[in-house]
Amino acid sequence: MNMPWLSVLMLVPLALGTLVAAWPRSGASGVRRIALVSHAVVLGLVVWVGVEFDVTTRALQFVERRSWVPTLGVEYHLGLDGLGLVSVLLAAAVPLLAAAVSDRVAAGRESLYYGLLLLLEAGLMGTFTALNFFHWFLFWELSLVPAYLLVRFFGGPGAGPAAFQFFVYTMVGSVALLMGFLALRVAGGTFDFIELARLGRSGQLAQGLGAALPRLGLGISGEALTRAVFLGVLLGFAVKVPIWPFHTWLPSTYTEAPAPVTMVLTGVMSKMGVYGLLRVALPIFPDQFRELQGPLLLLALATVIFPALAAMVQRDLKRVLAYSSINHLGYCLMGAFVLTPGATGADWVESAAAPALNGVLLQMLNHGLTAATLFAAVELFERRTGGVRRLDQFGGLRGVAPVFCGLMGISVFASLGLPGLNGFVGEFLIFRGVYAAAPWVAVMGTLGLLATAVFLLTLMQRLFYGELECPGSGFRDLDLGERILLGVPVGLMFVLGVYPDLVLRWTNPTVLGMAAGN
Amino acid sequence: MALTWTIWISMLGAVGVYLAGPGNPARCRWIALMASVAGCVATVVGTFQVGVNSELVTLVRVPWVKPLGIDFHLAADGVSVVLVLLTGLAAVAGILFSWNISVRANEFFALYLLLITGVYGVFLSFDLFQFFAFYELAIVPKYFLIAIWGSTRREYGAMKLALYSFIGSALVLVGVLAIYLASGTSSFDLVRLANSGLPPGVQTWAFPLVFVGFAILAGLWPFHTWAPTGHVAAPTAASMLLAGVVMKLGAYGALRVGMMVMPHGAALWAPVVATLATVGIVSAALVALVQQDFKFVIGYSSVSHMGFVLLGLASANPRGVSGAVLQMFSHGVIAGLLFGVVGRMVYDRTHTRELTLLEGLGLARALPFAAVTFTLAAVASMGLPGFSGFVAEMQVLTGAWQAFPVAALAAGVGVVLAVAFTLRVLQKAFLGPPTTVTPEDATPITLPEKCGALLLLGTSLVVGLYPKILLDWIDGGLGSPAFATMRKAFGWP
Repeated sequence: MNMPWLSVLMLVPLALGTLVAAWPRSGASGVRRIALVSHAVVLGLVVWVGVEFDVTTRALQFVERRSWVPTLGVEYHLGLDGLGLVSVLLAAAVPLLAAAVSDRVAAGRESLYYGLLLLLEAGLMGTFTALNFFHWFLFWELSLVPAYLLVRFFGGPGAGPAAFQFFVYTMVGSVALLMGFLALRVAGGTFDFIELARLGRSGQLAQGLGAALPRLGLGISGEALTRAVFLGVLLGFAVKVPIWPFHTWLPSTYTEAPAPVTMVLTGVMSKMGVYGLLRVALPIFPDQFRELQGPLLLLALATVIFPALAAMVQRDLKRVLAYSSINHLGYCLMGAFVLTPGATGADWVESAAAPALNGVLLQMLNHGLTAATLFAAVELFERRTGGVRRLDQFGGLRGVAPVFCGLMGISVFASLGLPGLNGFVGEFLIFRGVYAAAPWVAVMGTLGLLATAVFLLTLMQRLFYGELECPGSGFRDLDLGERILLGVPVGLMFVLGVYPDLVLRWTNPTVLGMAAGN
Repeated sequence: MALTWTIWISMLGAVGVYLAGPGNPARCRWIALMASVAGCVATVVGTFQVGVNSELVTLVRVPWVKPLGIDFHLAADGVSVVLVLLTGLAAVAGILFSWNISVRANEFFALYLLLITGVYGVFLSFDLFQFFAFYELAIVPKYFLIAIWGSTRREYGAMKLALYSFIGSALVLVGVLAIYLASGTSSFDLVRLANSGLPPGVQTWAFPLVFVGFAILAGLWPFHTWAPTGHVAAPTAASMLLAGVVMKLGAYGALRVGMMVMPHGAALWAPVVATLATVGIVSAALVALVQQDFKFVIGYSSVSHMGFVLLGLASANPRGVSGAVLQMFSHGVIAGLLFGVVGRMVYDRTHTRELTLLEGLGLARALPFAAVTFTLAAVASMGLPGFSGFVAEMQVLTGAWQAFPVAALAAGVGVVLAVAFTLRVLQKAFLGPPTTVTPEDATPITLPEKCGALLLLGTSLVVGLYPKILLDWIDGGLGSPAFATMRKAFGWP
């Protein structure tokens, strides 16, 4: 294994994205073709990596490590485990699907649009494989800029303020993260996630912080400082996921962004937050998570329940799905927050931690797939209605567009967790783990499930049933290409729903290691 | 040694351009460009001649005014080398961005090169008297460049800048004389003065005089108000140099004379400096957030970013000071680029800097190259990783965490504000809704502008991705014998 596969994964979209962005305007359809091939190549590479991935070990694989800026503790350190593999898979698959449905959105400015999309993919790949804070942060931020520009340039009429809010909110979180990690570097002398996790577990970080920041005075102990740093780091991820009440940027951004861009925002970028929690925050701050578990679980519950209630009263199709995304990520948070690594023995790992964490990883993948498919359906919907999305203006579409309604209906059912489809397994595992660890949370969380079912079924009822209502020139059903576009991800929903082991065998070794806290 | 040549080349270039006469702007441009490129090449060659090490390399040393112990003494360590490199780059870029100057072109470029001469001289001087002489040499052309070729309220801007500079110089002069007399060395040699063991009592009151005197030029709050008005009034090339290198003269003087010679004074006054620096970072960013004039936004942004330099210096630990020097370089490159885009690419074509008017022009379509350049420059200026600003600010914040955690947190707020005002101006100036109105003069961006923009952007990107390229020099320089007393006083390893 001499080939630096993980670097290739990042460099291919980076190089091709730059190329596409600089492409002369004339060859519009050529640009689209190059972009699609590029995304397909990246997905192929990821699948190759997945095949080569050794499922018998929890060690980091495909590791690359080179010196970069030693004086600043900066290293080029890449590696992949089950968590990384799931994330990288999403980062390759969702942009491909998004690019495939982007022809309406990108019309006239192809090279800019597809170039930015490829650069965004490069940023995501870098984020999901880097193991040194400097390197990781570079890509964490790099992905934000193309995402911002995509929303700003290709979004709806309110895209300006929405994109501004999106960027600034995320940056507040990023700066909090940065300040936290600078403090950690002062205390621990390293930016390496693995090394920091080791120091965090042994309590040396708290000691180091206490010793390194003496002039703050005010009688603050190392523990309290560590907690403050933890909260800063948590804020960075909380905005990204988002965790209630840091979610307020999301509905307007997801709504104003063109649907294919929203696919990537919800399908992959929201997972950056969950990934960060699991890769960075949990391993480095196990004690702080344990201390704040109660309040954090309450926030996770709020993230599950309140957005689901908010989704019930939305009139805009995209806004409903935006709130639904927050709600689904709430389950990931529930699962992540019940983990208290190293807390208890093997028994606990088996009954609670392992199922919950496996569920979280599965839910990341499932939500990425389902939400991306739903927003792809929204794009196909908008193509037909000329951008009209108000739910009360539509009805009875099932009669005129049975295939569209069928495929979108399956996606909706996957989203609300119908057994046999992908969503069910992940949520089931999360609830199983959470119930074993904190039964009250699981019970309250089911309220969210209920609310989800209500608003999603209402959505379907409004759109698909009743008298035919459709402003404009009617609603034609999907053509062959569109059927394939929606059909493939819907097929995957069945595959993952019936045979989740496909993913679990990748994640399980990582999960067992993380749950055991080492 | 090639570094010495930077001064002579620029001086000869100034004379040559002046003699070319006012009738032929094209010839003036080319002479100026060749002189600045030759200077830039000399800096690069000289940099490698000095090498990465912890030496203070003497370039020239001849007695000048023997009775007073004044030498003509040029020398370089890693810190001066980095700033000389910045000067070389900024000088070339500035000329590329003033390719359209045609009124009294010979005088313009002569003053420009004279200013560059002074700047090179300051960064290479190790005799305090000579340091001061070059420092003044840099300020005088500045006044004329603004007063003659400037725009909005240029007499006011030029006069304000000159007055503030001279008040600063007066403070520095008093401090310098105090150091000279108290040291008892009968020498203006900076290294000898630094090692002479100045009595802490003298340092206590002489340090603030010298430090503030210099830091006025670095935009130290509350003495920063000359900066935005001066930047706005200045012609493009002059505002590029003003933000790009002249503000660094102040910061460099504060480090080289203030902290290096009087480390005990520096340690004593560090909390005050850190407080002023932090207030500057945050308040200038807040002011930038509500400006209606494009250039004022960039002007206040310079003050805010220079606050990081001062905060790094105040932290008085290796990471902080190293970060301060890197931030001098980084801000020089990025601010130069921002002023180049605003002044040359936008203002010279649209003849307005009002954000509300620019918003209606849809410049992203009319001037795509300018829009892409400004977007990348904005990303660099916000301190996003990948560009030099991030590495510099990261180091400064690391240093500040260790010395003044509260200041570090406040500066973190400043970073968020910088993101907000930069993004606001980017959206307003370039990403406005597409309209049918086109600017009066939407001529495509010319080749010299493109070269200048790529030179500065590329530099920022290379340093951002591989900061080792400069950090080795800076850290080596801070380990040079010149800083020995300072390292000992600050307790550096």
